[in-house]
Amino acid sequence: MHEFLTDWGLSLATFLPLAGAVVLMLIPKAEEEAQKMVAMAVSLVVAVVGVLLMVDFDYDAAGQLQYVVDESWIDVINSRYIVGIDGISLPLMLLTMLIVPLCIIYSWEHFPEPHNPKAFLALILILETGMVGTFVAQDLVLFFVFFEVVLLPMFFMIAVWGGEDRRYASLKFFLYTLFGSALMLVSFLALYFLAGGDTFSITGLADGVVANDMSRAAQLWVFGGMVLGFGIKVPMFPFHTWLPDAHTQAPTVGSVILAAVLLKLGTYGFVRIAIPILPEAAVEWAPWIGLFAVIGIIYGALGCLAQTDMKRLIAFSSVAHMGFVMLGIATLTDFGINAAVFGMVAHGLITGMLFFLAGSVKERYHTLEIKRLGGLLVQAPRMGWILGFCAMASLGLPGLAGFWGEFPAILAAYSPANGLPVGIFRAFMVVAALGTVLAAGYLLWLLQRTAFGNPPEEFADDPAITDTNRWEWLAWSPLLALIVVLGIYPNLMFQTTDPAVQESLEPCLSVEVGEVASERCAEVYDLGTVAATGQAED
Amino acid sequence: MLDLLAQLPQATFDRPPIDWHALAPELVLLGFGVLVTLVDIVFLERGRAMVSALAGVGLLATVVPLLTLWNEVDTASPRVLFDGAYVVDRYSLVMKIVFVLVGYVVILLSTNYIAEGDYWESEYYGLLLSSIMGMVVMASARDLISIFVALELLSIPAYLLAAWRKRDPRGNEAGIKYYLMGVFASAVMLYGMSLLYGVTGSTLLTDIAVAVADAPQFDAAIALGIVFVVVGFAFKISAVPFHHWAPDTYEGAPTPVAGFLAVASKAAGFVALMNLVFVAFPDRHDVYQPLIWVMAVLSMTVGNLLALRQTNMVRLLAYSGVAQTGFMLAPLTVAGDPGVSDLALSTTVNYLAIYAAMNLGAFAVVIALARKTGSAEIDDLKGAFQYAPGLTVAMTVFLFSLAGIPPIGGWFAKFNVFRSLAGAETTWAYILAVIVAVNSVIALYYYASVARKMWADEAPDGNLAPVHVPPSLVAALAITVAVTLVFGFFPGTVGDFTDVSLLASP
Repeated sequence: MHEFLTDWGLSLATFLPLAGAVVLMLIPKAEEEAQKMVAMAVSLVVAVVGVLLMVDFDYDAAGQLQYVVDESWIDVINSRYIVGIDGISLPLMLLTMLIVPLCIIYSWEHFPEPHNPKAFLALILILETGMVGTFVAQDLVLFFVFFEVVLLPMFFMIAVWGGEDRRYASLKFFLYTLFGSALMLVSFLALYFLAGGDTFSITGLADGVVANDMSRAAQLWVFGGMVLGFGIKVPMFPFHTWLPDAHTQAPTVGSVILAAVLLKLGTYGFVRIAIPILPEAAVEWAPWIGLFAVIGIIYGALGCLAQTDMKRLIAFSSVAHMGFVMLGIATLTDFGINAAVFGMVAHGLITGMLFFLAGSVKERYHTLEIKRLGGLLVQAPRMGWILGFCAMASLGLPGLAGFWGEFPAILAAYSPANGLPVGIFRAFMVVAALGTVLAAGYLLWLLQRTAFGNPPEEFADDPAITDTNRWEWLAWSPLLALIVVLGIYPNLMFQTTDPAVQESLEPCLSVEVGEVASERCAEVYDLGTVAATGQAED
Repeated sequence: MLDLLAQLPQATFDRPPIDWHALAPELVLLGFGVLVTLVDIVFLERGRAMVSALAGVGLLATVVPLLTLWNEVDTASPRVLFDGAYVVDRYSLVMKIVFVLVGYVVILLSTNYIAEGDYWESEYYGLLLSSIMGMVVMASARDLISIFVALELLSIPAYLLAAWRKRDPRGNEAGIKYYLMGVFASAVMLYGMSLLYGVTGSTLLTDIAVAVADAPQFDAAIALGIVFVVVGFAFKISAVPFHHWAPDTYEGAPTPVAGFLAVASKAAGFVALMNLVFVAFPDRHDVYQPLIWVMAVLSMTVGNLLALRQTNMVRLLAYSGVAQTGFMLAPLTVAGDPGVSDLALSTTVNYLAIYAAMNLGAFAVVIALARKTGSAEIDDLKGAFQYAPGLTVAMTVFLFSLAGIPPIGGWFAKFNVFRSLAGAETTWAYILAVIVAVNSVIALYYYASVARKMWADEAPDGNLAPVHVPPSLVAALAITVAVTLVFGFFPGTVGDFTDVSLLASP
């Protein structure tokens, strides 16, 4: 079994959905049941492969890449087909494999207009290929290809099955992301040449940067290109404006996938590519990333308070939550990045759930305008309670998953990595902590206005407003369970991610202040000064 | 004069040794061209039915000697004919295969279009074959005169083809505009060539390379000569500011011919440009690189901005083609950098091959959908997904390939452009790379808008009758979709195939 998984596991998980999409296209349009069964079966098989990988994964060596396949792909450009997973990729890959079947279950009975399940399901499967591929790729060209593969299906999902303003939103989403990734590609190539020009593998490039003594200025430029590419995807303030539009206009399932997985591609890029390959540039950029992160936290929260549409409110809350993730990354510490990876998964589960709920509310009330809603707890008590539960999880209630993403990220900002300005990061910490208060504000406010009170007159006797149905329970219960499990026992994930995070960080960044560091550390990261400031503040 | 005549009896004509195998592709093409004309003369009306098939067979037959040559010629030993004026190497063979296959697809596109319109069929295919022959010759031409002969051989039939719809005023406008612009460009180029010949005393590109490298006393004349020759071909490849003919000509010409001009004719211009840049002026990159840099930036920016405003699909493809010219010119701006000059050549060849598949495919879809809607207006493509899902998916593949979205073909072409520019490691190249990146995003806007209209909008008149697509168009679409996807998923194939060099040739 282990042999088979080592050779084929990741490739199977990546390309099976694509094969499924091709099969799906061959089924005649009228055979809707068959289409659904095929899509469901494919996504379940992929999930089974995921579970097998999870069971077989060697957790003692979570810091190393496992299931590595290294085959020749595009020889002329020295790009190889390299896939592999470590403790950072594994949870995100599993999240993807979980979300996709749940989305298919959720859509089972009600595909959004203009219906056409065949095309809709094919797009979801192509998306899955892109998402899983991005998390397992260990070669920059391969990563770039998968990173872009997700664009087209999402564009069509928004453009065809989206809401009123879908034309504008879909194109905005596409253009923003492509702009970032075009410049990111330029930086990848500059990096390739400046790091020796003989490999695109992520580990090979990290070694190449050191071996070829890449100049500091070039590192900063290349890192800047990546910040743009990944930052737009996250989305980091001020590149976030595509997100509320795309989320609001996308069909429910599209929003769920967008929130749960697509946004993570950006943050994952920082953790997997930008920081390990260019640690010196990361130190220079980190304060700026941290600044934009906390602006995003506050701006997203204030944006939420100003929304009148439930779905748009949840979308803006994503900007705030991804701000916490980015703050964790910006600290460049083991602690902060672990929190960030946890935050990615937690946000995926919780915000995915919230978008599911928004979709179900919309389906029953045919509106998401907060002031027209109310009394959900009276008319659909179970759904109301689920909404309350998710709101609590989202605002970071201890004991639920959201807490472990936000709290450690804030804490990590108290003592950022060597070479980072401590004072500034402590200021970020205070601002981010204020952000959690605002988060509690807008989420409770949302809950109060939609779930509490009496149902408004126009919906009071509407027979269409029913409680959670079978399909919804089926799609939601795994997410709800995971939110609780990860909340109670966060170590489940931290023990997986931690070795990989430590492996990915430049050792100089975490040398104890005052310890004798190597000459290079002292020179590049200015450890002497750090030690002095550290003592001065103590 | 009398002296010259007196010498005549003594001058004996020695036939140069001819490498028949190396010339086989041209001869096969010539043979079928003559055959098509003869069939027309002998069988008259009865011949109409078979000329298109005959021309197609002729092009496929040409592939055979090209492949046998491919096996024999490797990068180290090109076949040199006529004292170096005609060279058959891997580079020229790749381009010849591209030209011949493009010609084949154009014939597939034309079969029903030309037969169903009230056009003259037999001449059409004869002219098409001779134009392709000109391109095939161009790929091997390494001498100013053979370049010029090839250029005229490919252009003159193309002028006639552009004006094929002679009862339509726009067809006439297309032909006249193309003709006048074309001969003007030829004149400019000839003037440049005469300057180069005057300075160097030879028409052989390799001789010119030696002479222009170090001739300080003639520097101005050489610079002028190089600029004029490059500008002459800038018309052919429709680079800004020499692009004005393209949209009108494409719109007025029969759509298959527009596809032919947009792909094959442009590629022929690039081939000539590459022959000159890499063989004749390798040491004068101080002259041509800035010129091409400016043309590349202008082409991609102006082409894109104008494409944004188009309401007709063929005109949109014309302007997007101008922008794509800019992308294809970009690697040539670093052609003189010894580190990446091979890379720049294979990048452009690579781009031309992928561009041929995806752009021709887009024209094929336009032709197929026009069979129902009767127009190429973008608004008439609305809602195509409802009645022609297959064509819509194919068009989506082509549009996003043109936009360079992985994993569809075009991404690898654009990737290579970035790779050559980043590999040069000069400030100007980096700036150009960023301009290319920004322009890719602008281009995406209009490509994605068309795709969105086809997928998401309602059909304009609610007419959901399916489109009848004839078998030849299906074949053309199958070929272009397959090539576009294969190049995208397995870029190694096209990468190996187009990994060619011009520097090693004598």
